[in-house]
Amino acid sequence: MSQESLPTVHLGLVDTSLLIIYLIFVVGIGWILKKKMTTSSDFFQSGRSIPAWITGLAFLSANLGAQEVIGMGASGAKYGILTAHFYWIGAIPAMVFVAVFMMPFYYGSKARSVPEYLSMRYDEKTRAFNAFSFAIMTLFSSGISLFAMAKLLVLLLGWTFPEAMLFSGAFVLAYIYLGGLTSAIYNEVLQFFLIVFGFLPLVILGLTDAGGWSGLKAKLDLAVVQHNAAVVAKAPGAGTQIYEPGSFYHLWQGLGHASTNLLGVDWFGLVMGLGFVLSFGYWCADFLVVQRAMAAKSMSAARRTPLVAAVPKMLFPFLVILPGMLAMGLTAAGGANGFHLPKLADGTYDYNNAAPLMLIHYFPTGLLGLGMTALVASFMSGMAGNVTAFNTVFTVDIYESFIRPGQSDKHYLVVGKLATVGGILASVLAAILAAKFNNIMDLLQLVFAFVNAPLFATFLLGMFWKRTTGHGAFWGLLTGTVAAAVHHGLTQPVGETDPIKGGWLGAVLHHYPSDMAQNFYTAIFAWSFCFLTTIAISLATKRTKSDQELTGLVYSLTPKPVETEKNWLLRPAVLGTIIIVAALVLNYIFR
Amino acid sequence: MDLRLPIGGLFSIFGVILTLYGLVSDKSIYAKSLGININLDWGLVMLVFGAIMLILSVVNKEQDFLANEVQSE
Repeated sequence: MSQESLPTVHLGLVDTSLLIIYLIFVVGIGWILKKKMTTSSDFFQSGRSIPAWITGLAFLSANLGAQEVIGMGASGAKYGILTAHFYWIGAIPAMVFVAVFMMPFYYGSKARSVPEYLSMRYDEKTRAFNAFSFAIMTLFSSGISLFAMAKLLVLLLGWTFPEAMLFSGAFVLAYIYLGGLTSAIYNEVLQFFLIVFGFLPLVILGLTDAGGWSGLKAKLDLAVVQHNAAVVAKAPGAGTQIYEPGSFYHLWQGLGHASTNLLGVDWFGLVMGLGFVLSFGYWCADFLVVQRAMAAKSMSAARRTPLVAAVPKMLFPFLVILPGMLAMGLTAAGGANGFHLPKLADGTYDYNNAAPLMLIHYFPTGLLGLGMTALVASFMSGMAGNVTAFNTVFTVDIYESFIRPGQSDKHYLVVGKLATVGGILASVLAAILAAKFNNIMDLLQLVFAFVNAPLFATFLLGMFWKRTTGHGAFWGLLTGTVAAAVHHGLTQPVGETDPIKGGWLGAVLHHYPSDMAQNFYTAIFAWSFCFLTTIAISLATKRTKSDQELTGLVYSLTPKPVETEKNWLLRPAVLGTIIIVAALVLNYIFR
Repeated sequence: MDLRLPIGGLFSIFGVILTLYGLVSDKSIYAKSLGININLDWGLVMLVFGAIMLILSVVNKEQDFLANEVQSE
């Protein structure tokens, strides 16, 4: 969240008291859970004892950090409803896939982390590759959320930035140190309800002001007209980036070609890059979310976790993207309340602050406190989710497997708690770096995108082809990562010259119409290289794991999970089908 | 711990605070929210939600309302 155009916020007594009451509840939950934290399994896996509705909502909320809540509002203002593709062809199919096909291996293998699954399925070097890249990545994500939270507290409470950082870090440390993963998960569920109750009135007020959905559509068409006029004024006769009316509120309009839709992506790049590679990579292989399902109390609860998450996830565009669209429409056409997005120094709108600006503009004292508490909760849980994933991967996959194996459970519990302290300190450093050099964060996110993009190929082959070997997996991952970097280095979005946007290898072989298109195709390249290299090297190397060792880890060697659910409607395959159909219906309605 | 208890507690308290504030606050602050006394309205909504969560946590104790499977492991 950049602060350029945020006005000072004056919180009343009632607003501050809501925030303080929430903070008391958070620490209180950690305190009550303290008694239950006696083994490392309690601390890292919640003792595998949590019901599906809780792990499901946590599965969803672990991802609702600063980037998501603020970022989706920003994208809603910039790209309109096309942002919902991140949900309706992105997250939803991936969540159903992980529930129906992958959870039997994850949960059934009793692995405590995604890297540990990789060591069971492949070997130690594949595990190390994933563990180290994931550990560093989560610390920086945690730092980004901490940075956002500290900035918000500076804005709301008038603290200095260092004070706000220290308070936020110490606070998150307290409740994870006390209650481990359970504390993080419980607070993520609390945060889920706060986001819903904090953002829903914004949508209601915004829609009322815009004259309902049809009023909003008319206003967004005006935004398109204004945009086109500005493009023509800048470069007469250029004919690029001229959009049809309806561009802001039709999901599939103009997707035949990259130059006729706001995202600047063609349908193939969108479906393959976002829908397949990026979304499946994130929701199926990122330990931050998978850890929540692994904490479920039974196999069927674990399989239901992503499905429970998918239902609200499907509706979240109306909660987090719609405010951005409303901000854009009201800016173009004007509402009774005079809301408008301010412009930045370079003449573009301040998209990044669309959601917080709307909150500040529409919420009176009282409700404002609720909205701000929801934002604080989001940033805090975003940080806590990353820290709990970090302390587990550090303890299980780095400390226990490479530094000091064979210690007592008590020993690892202590290490886990110390890793939590270390993780928080590293997040503080990351947040300071983010405050100093804006580019460092962009650069790191780019590198992590390179590491993450090929990962789903490794999982897909590992779970469905028993012939895949450890060497194949490791070299496939490495090749995929390098392929992503090389592709990024040789291409550029049109009109960009900054090396962070690509083209840093000297020659630019291809210009993409937008950075979104470049990202999606980078992912497609990375995935394909990883997929093909893994197959080739697997065929050229000997299997090191026997069929027996792979039982429970590979689809063809695992007995199908016995369905204990008496109510057939709640069975994962049935529920998953219903959710997919619902997502298709949403795609059709907003086509 | 039944998580519905703290959820119900938090939202009941929030609901009560916003409802009361909506009743006593000056009307002029609602110019921002299009003349709607959103504190009163939304406070009541949260109060109802909080109360339902509290009642559920007391009435069907220790039950995961989305699951009736046999607990394994």
